[in-house]
Amino acid sequence: MDRHCPLPLENHDTVQLAHGAGGRLADELLGKLFMPLLHNRFLARRDDQALLPAFSGKLAFTTDSYVVTPLFFPGGDIGSLSVHGTVNDLAVGGAVPRYLSAGFVLEEGFPIAELERVVRSMAAAARECGVEVVTGDTKVVGRGQCDGMFITTSGIGELRDGVDLSCSNLRPGDRIIVSGTLGDHGIALLTARHGLSFTGSALRSDSAPLHRLVAAMLDRYRGVHAMRDATRGGLSAVLNELASASAVGIVLQEDTLPVDSAVRGAAELLGIDPLEVANEGKLVAVVPQGEAEGVLEAMRTCPDGTGRNAALVGEVVQEHPGMVVMETGFGSRRIVEMPLGEQLPRIC
Amino acid sequence: MKYIDEYRDAEVVRRIAERLAQATTRPWTIMEICGGQTHSILRYGLDQLLPEGISLVHGPGCPVCVTSVKTIDRAIAIASKPGTLLAAFGDMLRVPGSSGDLAAARSRGGDVRFVFSPLEALQLARENPHKEVVFLAVGFETTAPGNAMAVRQAAREGLMNFSVLVSHFLVPPAMEAILASSGNRIQGFLGAGHVCTVTGTEPYLPIARKFQTPVVVAGFEPVDLLSAILRLVQMLEEELVGVENAYGRVVEPQGNPAAAAVVREVFEVADVAWRGIGVIPASGLVLRESFREWDALRKFELGGVDTADDVRCRSGDVLAGRITPDSCDAFGRECRPEHPLGAPMVSGEGACAAYYRYRCSSAKPFSC
Repeated sequence: MDRHCPLPLENHDTVQLAHGAGGRLADELLGKLFMPLLHNRFLARRDDQALLPAFSGKLAFTTDSYVVTPLFFPGGDIGSLSVHGTVNDLAVGGAVPRYLSAGFVLEEGFPIAELERVVRSMAAAARECGVEVVTGDTKVVGRGQCDGMFITTSGIGELRDGVDLSCSNLRPGDRIIVSGTLGDHGIALLTARHGLSFTGSALRSDSAPLHRLVAAMLDRYRGVHAMRDATRGGLSAVLNELASASAVGIVLQEDTLPVDSAVRGAAELLGIDPLEVANEGKLVAVVPQGEAEGVLEAMRTCPDGTGRNAALVGEVVQEHPGMVVMETGFGSRRIVEMPLGEQLPRIC
Repeated sequence: MKYIDEYRDAEVVRRIAERLAQATTRPWTIMEICGGQTHSILRYGLDQLLPEGISLVHGPGCPVCVTSVKTIDRAIAIASKPGTLLAAFGDMLRVPGSSGDLAAARSRGGDVRFVFSPLEALQLARENPHKEVVFLAVGFETTAPGNAMAVRQAAREGLMNFSVLVSHFLVPPAMEAILASSGNRIQGFLGAGHVCTVTGTEPYLPIARKFQTPVVVAGFEPVDLLSAILRLVQMLEEELVGVENAYGRVVEPQGNPAAAAVVREVFEVADVAWRGIGVIPASGLVLRESFREWDALRKFELGGVDTADDVRCRSGDVLAGRITPDSCDAFGRECRPEHPLGAPMVSGEGACAAYYRYRCSSAKPFSC
């Protein structure tokens, strides 16, 4: 028998309240679905905690909740997303991701087959990232009390020696690099959510792990000043946070910003700025001027392809501290504001 | 991207800006009517490319901005009733009423959805036969045909759980009101391109003649806008009065007769109140008597709704072109996108929001 293959759950093809109540059904869900898919030596002990070996250096620790609609979207699903997001939060801190926890909140009536699909995707993503899901929890709430499924993952990583990445490290003259096209995830989700389709275009989430890209960058130059994954609020939010934390200004060159043409088209139509929507497989790096070309080269040649469209998009300046300014192709300037929140398409 | 990139070509923009500088011998004050144009001008910093003396004044053409507080309060009242579903265009959700907005009504349990088209609201009515589905039908001539289509379709299907809360405005009467107002300083208009797609260019001729003010219909991309400004300045310099079309790739002189016909079938012209400006005669659309069964105002008892604009907000002066947004005392202080006092701070097309977003960050003012 292949122990990686989940067994059918007896008599239930949907999640029951009892699956979260700690009894026989909960045990069955754990033993027949979660354990075979996520198996590792820590989970196999079936204790209430994972006992992890100590690292010699610093630990990085992070947590994030995933509440995406729809659960399955072009380019990914909530399972892989919940691994990539947390892995990326560790990676951009300069840590090597090692262990994850996973907490599931399931809605009563959620199809078991879909749950299996999510956990399978999560397991595949974890394998790709070289992390293990070492502890977890499942709760079930009544129908209508959650949107199918929520997942919270926390992650532990091992910090590389000699790395000091921080939002407050930006210095005038530093260069701003983005790892690829902006806005793919947010626009793909918005169009999927509203059933919009654009003929001949393939809008896909960019959900991807960035641990190999970060490794390639830091192997080239360990002194990178700051790195952030550009998730909610997109590039605009990240750059405003960096400028503010370091009390410096940032100037972007509009012509250099990589945006996929299908994303641009959809964003134009919806009246939404691709710089303000979420990415799930893109990072922003701030690198001293003299090292920028080398780091960019390392990103573009990273074998997993996550940095192939990396671009130098701007620089850090002394002027207008806390403010991000865009230089347009016409030679005019405008402010890039911190986005407000919910993206609401314009009337006309 | 085809049909976009060629109208954002930096070299073409530079050449038009040069010609504009050569053509300009005197100061001119020009109003762009449409909020979409205001947004483009500030987003691309086109005003920074104009020769000294050319002032752009931002007009009232933002449907989100001119929708009255009363309409927002009524929408909130409807959304708060059990068994109703209120559908609206996305940026209506954060327009402040006299207490709160539709997003807040949603958080209190009201069923508020944002839709991309009135036909999507119609679909919600089909899918939710036990709910009263109300579409907040706002806009100018541009959105009127779609909204009219939704009502006509509901009538044809006998879809009785669908209705519209109408707040429709017409551009030419507003232009006339601005030109007739005391202290008017507008010398020429950039016509709203997408409004003219429906109406054509003819409705502007009497206004241009009566007030001796040229109108050039403009698009929304940098090349469109600058070409239209160039033509308008040439007309002003040569003392030409008339209506010209600098958005010929989209706007036909006769407009879209089929769209105009469905608007006439469903709506009739009425005096309406513009937020911050007041009542302008014959400046809006209301449902015709024959479609009264789809009128949310008749369907719901909304008598108790009491409304008031925030007295600190000078959106009326902004919308009439009397002041720029940053001249308002509340701008960037009490009034910010996360806490708007007036609607122009909400919509991406509102002049105040465009100024705040592109010119004055929360950190400190920039070139204003």
